[in-house]
Amino acid sequence: MTRAFDSVAVGDALPPLMLPPLSRTTLALYAGASGDHNPIHIDIDFARQAGAPDVFAHGMLSMAWLGRMLTGWTAQQNLREFGIRFSAITQVGERITCSGRVTEKLERDGERLVRVEVQTTNDAGEVKLVGDALIALP
Amino acid sequence: MVDRTHIGRTLPPHSANVEAGRLRLFAKAIGETHPEYTDEGAARAAGHPALPAPPTYVLCLDFDAPDPYAWFAEFGIDIARVLHGSQNFRYFAPIYAGDRLTFASRIEDVFQKRGGALTFVIKETDVTNQHGVRVAELRATIVIRDNEGGQE
Repeated sequence: MTRAFDSVAVGDALPPLMLPPLSRTTLALYAGASGDHNPIHIDIDFARQAGAPDVFAHGMLSMAWLGRMLTGWTAQQNLREFGIRFSAITQVGERITCSGRVTEKLERDGERLVRVEVQTTNDAGEVKLVGDALIALP
Repeated sequence: MVDRTHIGRTLPPHSANVEAGRLRLFAKAIGETHPEYTDEGAARAAGHPALPAPPTYVLCLDFDAPDPYAWFAEFGIDIARVLHGSQNFRYFAPIYAGDRLTFASRIEDVFQKRGGALTFVIKETDVTNQHGVRVAELRATIVIRDNEGGQE
């Protein structure tokens, strides 16, 4: 799939990625697959001792979902930068939507790039992760 | 308490292998169903020499250090009070199954906000592959909540 720089306009929306309600199974799988074994995401006893009502999602799981949205839109080798800020915790049972929008077209070091603003939100519209990606397009 | 004397410190480098089986498990965990991330044939058909590592996977291998949280203990950071504030990636070359990556991290900055209630630690990590090619740069902001604020 090749998406040309000239075919993309500021304001274009990426196809959103909608996730099923977050399960504990997903958190366990992600802990094992990612190597992030911090018990706060998988052990409710530990989470409660730390003052949290329950285990909660690895922030990087949500960022990986945003990555899926980006690589579904453009080939991964076009991705130059990808950064996010974690603004709220993603809880078990929440249904997350990843969305993105082209906010800038620019040229840098002889490469034509688009900046895509990305975020994850729950059903109530609460923003969990917000950030952007720089993508080189031919 | 984490203070500014840690700025500029380097953490011991470590290396980790990009394994196809682990990439498949990661794809399953994040719900990635695109065949080029799970099937070697599809990956080759898409022009890759092997399964590609999805964009955020490179950070996972930084957790493959013998004790990835050792520096927390050394800095006096209680893991139960740590939050991941932000994460940035810069990509310079693709990462594939079969690669061996080396991670070299340093503490770029330490600062406090809200009268010391929150401490921010910026950690940057250079990632190079077995050919000495720099493949990515990772930048993490770790937020530590004050541990003298009593029960929450």
